[in-house]
Amino acid sequence: MEVDRADGRTRNQLRPLACTRCTLNRAHGSATWSQGETKVLAAVFGPKAGTKKNENPEKACIEVIWKPKTGQIGKPEKEYEMILKRTLQSICLLTVNPNTTTSIIVQVVNDDGALLPCAINAACAALVDAGIPLKHLAVAICCCLADGGYVILDPCKLEEQRTKAFAYLVFPNLLASVHRKGSLQVEVEPVEHGIITSVTRGVMPVEDYLRCLERGRAVSAKLSEFLRRSMQLQAPSDSPTAG
Amino acid sequence: MGPMNGSGDLSSEMEVDAFRRLFPLWFHERHLLESIRPDGRSLGRARDTTLALGAVASADGSALAKIGCTTMLAAIKMEVMTPTVESPDEGCIAVEFHMPPICSAIVRPGRPAEVAPVVSKQLSDTLLRQVVMTFSGMIDLKDLSLVSGKAAWMAYLDIYCLDADGALFDTALLSAVAAFCHLKFPMVSLNDDGRVVVVSGESKGGKSGKEAVNKEQRKLNLISIPFSLTCTLHNNYILADPTAEEESIMETLVTVILDSSLRLVSFYKPGGPVLAFTSAVM
Repeated sequence: MEVDRADGRTRNQLRPLACTRCTLNRAHGSATWSQGETKVLAAVFGPKAGTKKNENPEKACIEVIWKPKTGQIGKPEKEYEMILKRTLQSICLLTVNPNTTTSIIVQVVNDDGALLPCAINAACAALVDAGIPLKHLAVAICCCLADGGYVILDPCKLEEQRTKAFAYLVFPNLLASVHRKGSLQVEVEPVEHGIITSVTRGVMPVEDYLRCLERGRAVSAKLSEFLRRSMQLQAPSDSPTAG
Repeated sequence: MGPMNGSGDLSSEMEVDAFRRLFPLWFHERHLLESIRPDGRSLGRARDTTLALGAVASADGSALAKIGCTTMLAAIKMEVMTPTVESPDEGCIAVEFHMPPICSAIVRPGRPAEVAPVVSKQLSDTLLRQVVMTFSGMIDLKDLSLVSGKAAWMAYLDIYCLDADGALFDTALLSAVAAFCHLKFPMVSLNDDGRVVVVSGESKGGKSGKEAVNKEQRKLNLISIPFSLTCTLHNNYILADPTAEEESIMETLVTVILDSSLRLVSFYKPGGPVLAFTSAVM
């Protein structure tokens, strides 16, 4: 039951991924991440002294600024900022540098579907580039529900607009999941099977959502492989980043 | 269990309130060990919910919803407008969510709360959600049309948060849905110029040219009513309907929205890994 998607991909095929680090000279860390035509640039500044007013001073604080490609900042941008902030808060080690603020600025260069997952991946790569202490990495994927009831991955903008429902899912990227240790099935499900973030739009039956989750989890291994490879390749030629 | 013992010693010396303020996490964890929460609820129990329709007399539809202490007032005002060219037989709904400083100590005047635009956008997504081919939202915008191509209703939905004590989105959705249920379309008639104007209920007779376009005040047809539940997750415990205190100390928040046919409208979980799938489907 192969579906002919507009650009000839199969259901589970992702668009070509590209990740470059150290794109900006003055930022403490930066990365661009592109999935097909969607491209996002993320920059990290920090840790800076002091936290914002209502935040807990015993932990580090994360601030996200989302800049759209065109237009003014409105409610969708604020929502993205909040989702990104909470996602990144759960992967950073907040107790290492208390009473500091790390700012992450996300700039949308081009939007061709699956914008939020692309931004999360870019922000994660930028955090690694800046050297902010992290618990683990995060990989994000967009799954959408096509008309026939099956799940397609990484839609482009046209597909996203035509679909009934889609879900942005973010999975943690731990060492164990990369080595694929067959059946580590204990009573408690291992942490790498958890999801960090899930945002859904559109109505879908519960079983379809669970199917999206399975597909997303399966693909997250591929994505995390790619992430690790791109981190390793650039490590030797790391230019010194400003403290 | 060193810190626990330390706090145990202190707790016998200080009052409960002081312990609650100084060590909120330990305070809640000790309650969770007994499977109970500080206000006496069990882990899976939501707070008492009350709903009052028609709270605002001057609005076309309104409702006041309370879940525990969280209070939201929703009101809808209708206005006639000309529809856009792309969709000539569809009306429009504008959703606005306000958090005035009365609602919580964290919100200051002049500086909007961080969470307000997020809740507002989530609400408008849930209520409208229109996709090109299939329709899956609560309200069919075609219901809001009067004269195709010339006049359609514009509904302004304003939700005011009067008291913010956790589970803001649930209460806001409840009050919005109730306000739409309570909504009655005002009577309109065609003016001499051919424009549609709103007729006040008391005028009888009037000019001979005026005839009401919609004679009886009808109600809006709701397709599938969404309802939502917010839970926090903490170390294998799932707490339903958290208060503001619980929300602030526990990092992971999940909001699940289902509609009347038990389909998943939204599963919203920003941040914090979750373990297995004991889905908090209500």
